[in-house]
Amino acid sequence: MLVRPMMAYILRRVLYAIPILIGVNVLTFVLFFVVNPPDDMARMNLGIKRVTPEAIQTWKAERGYDLPLLYNEQGQGLERLTGTIFFQKSVKLFSFDFGRSDSGRDIGYDISQRMWPSLAIAAPVFLIGLLTTIGIALVIILFRATYIDLTAVVIAVAMMSISGLFYIIGGQWMVGKLLRLIPISGYDTGWEAAKFLVLPVMIGVVSGLGSGIRVYRTLFLEEIHKDYVRTARAKGLSENAVLFRHVLRNAMIPILTMVVAAIPLLFMGALVTESFFGVPGLGSYTIDAISRQDFAIVRSMVFLGSVLYILGLLLTDISYTLVDPRVRLS
Amino acid sequence: MRMPELVILWTDALIFLLVGGALLFALYARRHEPVRAPWRKVVRSRVGAASLIVLFAYIGIGLLDSVHFRALDAKGVETGEVLSLFDRIAEPLRIRQEKTYSAPLALHLYAKENMETPDGRTVRGYPRLQHAGGQLTSESAAMLDQARLFLTGALLGLLLWAAMVLSLAWFHAWREGSGVLHQMECLFSGDEDDVPWTTILITLGMILVLGAASWQLAQHYHLLGTDKVGEDVLYQALKSIRTGLVIGTVTTLVMLPAALLLGMMAGYFGGWIDDLIQYLYTTLNSIPGVLLIAAAVLMLNLHMDNHAEQFGSVLERADMRLLFLCLILGITSWTGLCRLLRGEALKLRELDYVQAALSMGVGHFSILARHILPNVAYIVLITLVLDFSGLVLAEAVLSYVNIGVDPTTYSWGNMINSARLEMAREPVVWWSLLASLLFMFTLVLAANLFADVVRDAFDPRLRNER
Repeated sequence: MLVRPMMAYILRRVLYAIPILIGVNVLTFVLFFVVNPPDDMARMNLGIKRVTPEAIQTWKAERGYDLPLLYNEQGQGLERLTGTIFFQKSVKLFSFDFGRSDSGRDIGYDISQRMWPSLAIAAPVFLIGLLTTIGIALVIILFRATYIDLTAVVIAVAMMSISGLFYIIGGQWMVGKLLRLIPISGYDTGWEAAKFLVLPVMIGVVSGLGSGIRVYRTLFLEEIHKDYVRTARAKGLSENAVLFRHVLRNAMIPILTMVVAAIPLLFMGALVTESFFGVPGLGSYTIDAISRQDFAIVRSMVFLGSVLYILGLLLTDISYTLVDPRVRLS
Repeated sequence: MRMPELVILWTDALIFLLVGGALLFALYARRHEPVRAPWRKVVRSRVGAASLIVLFAYIGIGLLDSVHFRALDAKGVETGEVLSLFDRIAEPLRIRQEKTYSAPLALHLYAKENMETPDGRTVRGYPRLQHAGGQLTSESAAMLDQARLFLTGALLGLLLWAAMVLSLAWFHAWREGSGVLHQMECLFSGDEDDVPWTTILITLGMILVLGAASWQLAQHYHLLGTDKVGEDVLYQALKSIRTGLVIGTVTTLVMLPAALLLGMMAGYFGGWIDDLIQYLYTTLNSIPGVLLIAAAVLMLNLHMDNHAEQFGSVLERADMRLLFLCLILGITSWTGLCRLLRGEALKLRELDYVQAALSMGVGHFSILARHILPNVAYIVLITLVLDFSGLVLAEAVLSYVNIGVDPTTYSWGNMINSARLEMAREPVVWWSLLASLLFMFTLVLAANLFADVVRDAFDPRLRNER
């Protein structure tokens, strides 16, 4: 009996995602093709000076930018709508047909190849980071309103105030170059990759500690002032039992909202870390595309990112209903 | 001698608009106790007061750097350069260019070069810097000279500080009709209930001593070394302050009207207006911020390259890019504020006085302006303060990825970007990186601490918890 409302609920959420994706699609279309017409894009790629109209035409034709934007007058029947840049370049994204990049490579294939190195860094960072921050935050809560608490908060604020770039540059310099423990950058296939992953993962975890600890500390502090905690203490439970058996379990709900939404986005990878350590993931793919001004790739990544974000929202909703029986499916 | 002509850049105008707004607000708050009370709490917390002093030091430099004018040479003819007041003050730092890298306080370049000795032979060695320690008779005296400069500077700062303390004590004595000595005692008694003068004065003293000592040293040496093209790193780091402040504040300022209007309307009216606005911000929010910024900046670059004639000088062009970056950052970050405002307005519209106003026939927009807006003002303020540090840090990352400010603009991100390859050099060139990170860290730390105090003072829900 429970399955049917659940399915209906999920279906409704999926349907709700469609207009949002259409919105994203229209927005990227406007951003990429209306603000700057394809002619400008061609001129930019070919070099602004000394570019002939013929060269622009061939560049556009090779990449399929030579169609009209929204309505093809020369087409027949349905082709009037499908033979346009909007259909070819934007609508096709819905079927995950990303087409070719401006340099002629198959974007879909590249993404499927580069997804895994990204995940190999992002997933451990996410898991280890989550466990350490929650662990440290719980310990701090155990010592709340003492000097340990105060010191920890001060350190967390200081760690938050350090630019992420410093962790990356400083970490590479210290661990890789001074101590010479692990390779500085690069990547390999299979299990060989592990030694290249240690440093980026470590840096990813450390750079997230400051803000993570603070967020979870506040969250647990809010939880610890609730009535059920007082009841648990009143019936004589030890502080540890209260904290781990009651507070942690109840805090799972707000933790889930923050965490589940982030999971799909792990596929997108970490922009700066990947390009800095030479990991061939989606993050460095995006950065390379930005610096080469490959609009087709950036456009595909924008769409992919939005899909994953919406997927995250969907997963959050579903996990709510699974974790908290009080949440009604309405 | 004619006055140089003022140049007002877009971001200059916005900064002074913000300062003017803050001053007006301060005047208003002076007369209205409910508005004033949380601020009093902020200033009376020791962390709040200390971080505010540090922020003021940054803001002071940023403001000096925001008054631009066309430079005149000695004869009063325009040189074509646009300088700021800060450039004028830091003239010795600005014009003393070396050839290439040199370490902090060094006397020689960092790279070997072929040099000619007086007797005509060519040797390879480290050439002497042109603008460091020129007053020295022998190079071995450099350490002593630096120590002397540091101490005179520190003493100067101390004297300035003492003068400030004395005049403050005198002012208090004059107001309360008691002795100056007694007031001095009060200032340093560490009385925690009132304004924490001890903390304020110690912070101020540290800034003054450090600033004056650095100033003395910087006039005769390159205190933080020079970069690849021989520009003083201290000058670059100081110039970057303005960029950081602009990104941190103007971004929130430009997104404020849209976020306020849409957020309040969504919560207050509900129905299809609410649905529409929610759809709008969910859509914008679903595009990962960095990618939206990257896409927008790429498009902007393309547009600017193709229509270069619309954007005047290099400085104006760089300024336009800074403003656009603020705008784009604003577009990606207004959704959070909008959602908060919607939730608050949703609660407020059910309150009795809003319902009473409605039943008496007050129009919707006057209710929004008179009853809802003042009640959500604290959310806006907390967001403004909380977002600041994140935006300063974001600028560095964006510039590092080449989608940030114009490459000709001084910014910490640009400094780090150009320093990333220097860490791979042998021996390591570390000062550029360290200087930018240190300046950024101080600003962000002060902003974070200040934001915490402001949130504690303004958020009524948290008031009872600590």
